[in-house]
Amino acid sequence: MRLTRRYRFSASHRLHAPSLDALANRELYGKCNNSHGHGHDYALEVSIAGQPEGATGRLVALGRLDGFVESVILKALDRRDLNSEVEEFATLVPTTENLTAVVAARLAAAWPAAFADSAARLEKVKIHETRKNIFEVQIGPPEPASDVSPKRPTQPQIKASQ
Amino acid sequence: MLITRKVEFSASHVCVNPALDRAANEELYGAEANPHGHGHNFVLEVTLEGEPDPVSGMIIDLRQVKQLLEEEVVEPMDHRHLNREVPPFDRVVPTPENLALEIWRRLEPRFAATPARLKQIRLYETEDLFVDYEGR
Repeated sequence: MRLTRRYRFSASHRLHAPSLDALANRELYGKCNNSHGHGHDYALEVSIAGQPEGATGRLVALGRLDGFVESVILKALDRRDLNSEVEEFATLVPTTENLTAVVAARLAAAWPAAFADSAARLEKVKIHETRKNIFEVQIGPPEPASDVSPKRPTQPQIKASQ
Repeated sequence: MLITRKVEFSASHVCVNPALDRAANEELYGAEANPHGHGHNFVLEVTLEGEPDPVSGMIIDLRQVKQLLEEEVVEPMDHRHLNREVPPFDRVVPTPENLALEIWRRLEPRFAATPARLKQIRLYETEDLFVDYEGR
């Protein structure tokens, strides 16, 4: 069984690859390259998988999941400028591909300690950038133990287009 | 090929485990533990799998799907208090997880007798919380 919870956060970003010149950036990112940045109301879906516990009928206590996502993700991203305030985007273009990978990596890294007593596992992360653009990252099953990091989406566009 | 049919039902419930004290229930269920109950507009998406019949061009007659969902879900659950009126929720906590399990239990054998197979159900408790179940 999979349980999905949706959260929202609003943030600004600017898509700009420092290794490319101004013209190439404008061509690659279009309006998203606007030097003043722009923002989105993102919707984040966090899916966990497991079986409801017999006594409680829950995969995990929802309040705990909400608190976890709040402290690991929303506090860092909501009402923030991704480029200047979120560590990973000092060196990474904050496309929603990269944003989804960063969110998945942060959740996956913090999950084992926060839910050590739970059999539920983090399964996937989906981000709606707008109503039309939706990005998804699967988070691998726990075995082997070294493979909990999320699969990265396809190479960031910047590399693909060089 | 997959086909998905959606139905809605509105019902009230209380999520409390009587074996636990009040603080533990609030920790586990939050506002859902309010003893007076509250309601949701549940949305159920039922996904069926099959191949279109070469003559009819349909996997299954949608009137049959509608009728079956009406009998197993809407009629027994719509505008009902789940804990008081819909077994097994007199003794099972009606979380969306358990509600999805119960809906699967009701639907799976019914669709087994049709040309379509029940593939997945998705139950939205609210638009921000939903459960997917594929029978495991």
